[in-house]
Parts: sequence; structure tokens; C-alpha cells
Amino acid sequence: MPPGYRYRRRAFCRAAFPALALSIGALGTAGAAPGPALTLYSGQHPQVVHMLTQAFTRETGVAVRVHTGEGPEIAQQLLREGAASPADVVFVENSPELVLLDEHHMLVPVAAATLARVPSRDNAPDGRWLGVLARQNVLAWNPAKISERELPRSLLDLALPQWKGKVAIAPSDADFLPLVGAVVHAEGKEKALAWLEGLRRNARLYQDDESVVAAVNRGSVATGIINNYYWARLRTELGAAGMHSRIAHFAPGDIGNLINISGAAVLVSSKHQAEAQRFVAFLVSAKAQEMLATSTVDYEYPLVSGVAANPLLTPWDDLHPPDISPAAMGDDRESAALLQQAGLL
Amino acid sequence: MQSRIAGRPPLALAATATIPAMLVLLPVGLTFSDALGPGFGRAMAALDRPLVGELLGNTVLLTVSTALIGMAIGTAAAVLVERCDLPGRRVFAMLAAAPFAVPAFIASYAWVSLDPEFEGFSGGLLVTVFAYFPLAYLPVAAALRGLDPALEDAAHTLGETPRGCFWRVILPQLRPAMLGGALLIALNALVEFGAFALMRFRTFTTEIYAAYQAGLGGVEVAALALVLLCLCFLCLAAESMLRRRRSYVRVGRGVRRPAATYRLGVWRLPAFAAMSALYALALGVPLGMIVFWLTRHGSAAVTPDEVSLPAVLDATATTIGLGAAAALFTIVLALPLGILSSRFDRSIFSGGVERSAWLAQGLPGIVIALALISVTVRHVPVLYQSVALLLIAYAVLFLPYALVGVRAALVQAERRLEEAGRSLGLGWFGAFVRITLPLAAPGLGAAAALVFVAVTTELTATLLLAPIGTETLAIRIWGDTSTLAFAAAAPYAAVLVAISLAASLFLARRFDVAAALHPVGR
Repeated sequence: MPPGYRYRRRAFCRAAFPALALSIGALGTAGAAPGPALTLYSGQHPQVVHMLTQAFTRETGVAVRVHTGEGPEIAQQLLREGAASPADVVFVENSPELVLLDEHHMLVPVAAATLARVPSRDNAPDGRWLGVLARQNVLAWNPAKISERELPRSLLDLALPQWKGKVAIAPSDADFLPLVGAVVHAEGKEKALAWLEGLRRNARLYQDDESVVAAVNRGSVATGIINNYYWARLRTELGAAGMHSRIAHFAPGDIGNLINISGAAVLVSSKHQAEAQRFVAFLVSAKAQEMLATSTVDYEYPLVSGVAANPLLTPWDDLHPPDISPAAMGDDRESAALLQQAGLL
Repeated sequence: MQSRIAGRPPLALAATATIPAMLVLLPVGLTFSDALGPGFGRAMAALDRPLVGELLGNTVLLTVSTALIGMAIGTAAAVLVERCDLPGRRVFAMLAAAPFAVPAFIASYAWVSLDPEFEGFSGGLLVTVFAYFPLAYLPVAAALRGLDPALEDAAHTLGETPRGCFWRVILPQLRPAMLGGALLIALNALVEFGAFALMRFRTFTTEIYAAYQAGLGGVEVAALALVLLCLCFLCLAAESMLRRRRSYVRVGRGVRRPAATYRLGVWRLPAFAAMSALYALALGVPLGMIVFWLTRHGSAAVTPDEVSLPAVLDATATTIGLGAAAALFTIVLALPLGILSSRFDRSIFSGGVERSAWLAQGLPGIVIALALISVTVRHVPVLYQSVALLLIAYAVLFLPYALVGVRAALVQAERRLEEAGRSLGLGWFGAFVRITLPLAAPGLGAAAALVFVAVTTELTATLLLAPIGTETLAIRIWGDTSTLAFAAAAPYAAVLVAISLAASLFLARRFDVAAALHPVGR
């Protein structure tokens, strides 16, 4: 052993162990943030939530801790946690998760004044969850790969053999489940399954809507089913010059034009009921809705009347959605099971 | 081993040594009971889907291809560096383990952001081969250094050409190391999650996570986890069988004489070019892409506005804190087990406890995390969503790393000094604390460092178990990359790779990394 070796080893230990102790100490203090805080379980985009919670904290002084996940995952987690859940508020991108939580009696009624700020068809019929924002399902398409004439009239057409290899979907994205639920509602379970099996044969599968629209835009695939959110997001990121894809809507009233409602609710288990109600009220305040609509991070339609949507989005009045209310669509357990049955999950 | 005490270990020691074994067995047992609890038929029904066949095909194909290609590349590189007159072989020897220090999900991020067309099988293969070939390189290089040159000399005197000598004398002796390396690569590929998820290549790990995200639970998820677990244990069993049979030893001890160096001749430059290309792809691309994205400004649409120096520092501090705490906790857990196996007679009990602990090598992070969530939310709400639970998951995942280091350190600590202490009136515990522990400290430090690196680069368990509001570097990179916010991920990726590379280079220079990467579970 060289003479310096033992010394150096000791020096290493002497330096290493205090460093260890210090960092553990740092960890301890990092965990204990002072003051009361709301806990938000969010399936929404972190950028959007970050903007909202910062503004809420500035206005009220109430801090918000955020736990982020996919909507269905968040809903299942809340079901598992039950009365012991640390969550006060849940805020997700799609209504079926809220319907599921409502069915399990995990939500308290939202204050009537808050509910009144948005159209009643976008809230729970029993008033236990609140519609906040809306997004529409659209077809992104790449003019270099397909001509406008060839675009489908209906979402259901995409299961036909001629679409093999020409469509991209993200079946494990939380945004895909409501679409399945709507097809089940409109066409019945058997037809919905056949449609999914067709998609299974035809579609290139992606992890999420972000990847779908990026793939269409760069020409990897001709079309992709997405929420319009993601096209506008990519447009902002790449600028007009970087966009090689466009947005198409299906025929007026087609199931493919479904509007998803992003909503929030207060949990029965919350120990901060007043602050939680204050937070959901803040979500539909003119201030918050305007902030989101004019921001460069959110591309959803504000549900509060009088607040104009982001100009990158197709105007709200031109959407022609099918006549299915969030309540009629129900929860998405059946949709997930169908996706599994079709081999997409 | 002379250093063992004949006799039974003290009860307190035996009891504490069972704790880590229990922690390892818990997720295994839970997965079995969740999958098979509602009945065998129900589990089979959950698996009888078109997707499961596809997943099995994908997973097996990718695992086998990665293992074979990784083994071939690792062996070729080791032979070139150890036995040939390759230009710059010292530098290559130093770089050997470095690609392993770049987490596979970061390499995935680099390749996908370079060109999304890498997505799928080819990209998955690319990333895993480059990330894991050192697992074959290191044992093969170690085996090459340990070969007895006398055998080659004998072959030469019997008229064998240098080329024939390589194929018929050297290569056969390398076989155990090559196979062992291949199995380690396979095991790592089986449990890999982040790299495949970003490459959108569907394997068991990615689909278990997708099913979890889609709100599915119970038998569906547990049955998938069970199949994955079985594949992992198959690999583990093959590897441990191989180890037991490995017996190529230098015949005489004597003075170590360096073995002859092969002259590459006209192949010298092509070989150099190939080695340079290998490291350019395995190290250059990930590091280069990180630097590229560091210089790009992400637009607000995809970049959470909190990407700022404080945010990066915060995530760094959290990551280092978690890594250090987990390293300490894991070493403390491993210590009693190490003492038991290095100081006392082997019994059915100690053998069983030890073997259970080694089982952790075959436990995918996602299986451990889901099991810990399901058991704490139902039965131990205090631990649910706590830092402690995350530390437990890390300890289970990286117990084998800690055990190798702890055992090596304890075996090296002079047993006779401990005995002298005992004869002067110290109890076994006193002798351990005052004599053995200081002697073993450097080795324990190395083991801790190894666990630390592994924890800082861990993704899956961290993602699922991190308490609300806890943001580590890996979580940030994952969040940004999975939404294609490559520029936003870059600062976090840069810090994480810097930590991992620095720690690995430090470890490689000071300790025998090959031994640590290649835990011996006898």
C-alpha cells in the first residue's frame, strides 16, 4: 500500500460522513414547510397549475402543495386513500374522473355562487363538481402526407382498413378515455369495441397527445387524434414557420368533435373546507380565467362567459360538438376496460 | 474462510439481519397475493389478452438482443483494451464504466430529442446496449487480467498460432465472465422503464405504468407484474447457477507476469476508430445533446416558468439529500447481514436470509413501488407518501450493491485485531464498534457511494413514491421530457449526469468497480 493511500482514505471518510449528515439535515428541513397549506391533486398540466396556484397564493396567502399525475391515476389514488387522503381539492383534465369520485361519495357540493359562474350543463347535475375549462377533440393532419379531401367525416371512419398506418393515437393518455366513453354512449359497447379493434390495427401508438401532434407535424404519420390544446401548444413552441400540420374538425355533430370538460371538486375528506371552496371559486374567477386565456401556457376554452378564448383556438361557436353532456358520458371505468380488451392498453 | 467464528450468531444480530430480507420478500409476496389472491383463473384471464403476447415478445426480443449485442461489444472492447496494442488504451480503460453512469432514460432523452425516428425497438436497443455494455466489459476485462499466461505459453509451444490461441485458449476461459455479463445486461434491460417509455417501446414495465395511469389496478396490474417478476427471477437463477460453476483459476500463485500483447497490425487504426465511435455514441451523444439543449431557450408553452437557478438548486439538494439518506439507511440495513455472512458459520437460517436479500437484484422498481403503495395505503397510513417509504424502496432496490461493499469491507478488516479486542475484555458489539467498524470504514464509504449514485439516478420508484411536493432531478427530467420540453429538461439532466459521472469516476479510480457491479451471492 503506498504511504499516502491510507491517509487519503481517511480524509475521504472524514469528509464524506459530515457531508452525509449535513445533507440528511437539509432534507429534514426541506420537508417541513411552515404554515397551513391546501393539497391539490392535479391531472392538469403542471404549467397551468403552477400559474394558478401562484396567483391564488398571492391573493389569499394560502399555500398550495401539488401532487401531479394522469387524471385516472389520481382518481384511483383518491379512491384507495379514501377518508385518509391528504387531498383537499382535485383538478383534472376530463370529467369522467370527477363522475367516478362523485359516484363513490367522495365530493362535497361546490358553493352555489361558484357553480353559477359556468353553464350548468358543464357542472355536475348534483353540483358536486365544477367545470372550469374546455378542450375539443380534433384531427391533426399533415398536408404533405394526405390531402384535405381524404380527411374523414367521422371519427369512426378511422377504424376502416384504408386508414392503416395513417393515424396516430395515444390510448394511455387520459384525454383518450372520454372519447371512448362518448363512442360507447352513442354507438353502444359492441360497436365501440369493434371501433377500437380497428384502431388497434390501423394506428401508430404514442405515449401522449404531445407526441402524437409532434409526430404528425414532422410527417411521421399523416393524421393524429388529439385535443386541440396540443396543436396550439406546439404552434407556440415552434412558431408559425415550424408548423407543417393543420387542424381538422369532423363533420358537424360527429362524435369526434367531443368537448372534454376539465373540472375541479372539493373532497369530503378535506380538513380545509373553506380554503378548498375558495380555491375552486378562484378557478372560475374572471381574473383566473382571463389569466389563462391570455397566457402562453394554456390552450383551453374558458367556461366563464365573457372571457375570450386564446386566438390560436377555433372560435367556440364554430365547434359543432355532439350533443353529449359530461354527466351523460359517465365515468371511464368501462372505457379503460374496453381499451384493454382491444389490446390498446 | 478463517475469519469466521464457529458458532451461532447472537440473537439480536440474527433478528436485525432478517429485517432487510423481510423488506425484500414483502413486495414479492404482495405481488403474488395480489395477482393470485382472487384465483388462478382470474389471473390467467387478465393475462389472456392480445397485448400481453405482444409485450412478452417485445420484452424478450429486446432483452435477448441487448444481452447478446452488449456482450459482444463489451467483450471485444475489453480484449482490445486489455490485450491489444490499441492506441490510447489507457484512456479507453478509464472511460470503460462511464457509459453506465449515464442513466438510460437520459440517453433515451438525448436520442429522441436528436431525432424522434429513433422511437421504437431500434431506439430502445440502441440506448440499452450503449448504457449496459460496460456490465459485460468490466467482468471480461477483470477475467482477462486474471488469466494465467502459462496456458497461452503452453499453447504456443504446442504450435498454436496467436490467432488460434485467442479463439481456442483465451476466449473459452472468458466464457463465464461473458455469460455473467450478458445476464446482468438482460436483468437491467428487463427492469428498465424510463428509457423504453421515452422511446415509446412497449415492455412490461411501461405497460404496468400505463395501466396504473389509466386507473386500472388489482389483478390486471399485479398479473403483469408477476410475469415480469418471473422473467427477472429466471435471469437471476441462471446467473447464480453460472457463478457456482465458474472455476477458471490461475494455477500457480507466483509472480504476476503480464500476458503478451497482441499486435493489431493493419487493424490498429480501424480498431481505434471503432472504439472511438463506440464511446462517441455511448457518451458523446447524451452529453452533446444535453449541452445542445442547454443553449436553447424553451418557449413558455412547454417550459414551466419555474425553470430557474433556484429550482435547479432545489432539485439538486433534494436529490443529494435523498441519495445520502438512502445510502446511510441501506448500509445500516446491510451491516447486520454482512456481519452474519462474513463472521459466523453458515446455517440454513443465515443462508436463507442472505439469499432473500440477493433476490432484490431481480426486483423491478415499478413492482416494488406499487407493492409498497398498496400495503401502506391499506395498513400503514403513517408511512404512506412519506420520505421514509421512499427510503425503504431505495433500500430494497439497492441492498445488493450495499451488501457487496459491506461484505468486502468486513472481510478485509483484520479478524485478529477484533479477537485481540475481545481477549482484552470487549464484548462482541464493543469490539465491532471500536475495532471492526473503523477498519471497514473506507469500504463502507465506497458501498455508500455506490448506493448514492444508484439512488440519484433512479426514476421509477422515485416517480411513484416521492411525497407530494418533492421534486428530484430525475422527476423534473421525466416530467419535461415526457411532454417533449427538451430545453427545460437540460439543466436538470446536466446536473444529474455530472453527479453520476463524477461519483462513478471517483469510485472507479479508487475501488474495484467490477467487483461491485458484479455482486457475488455465495
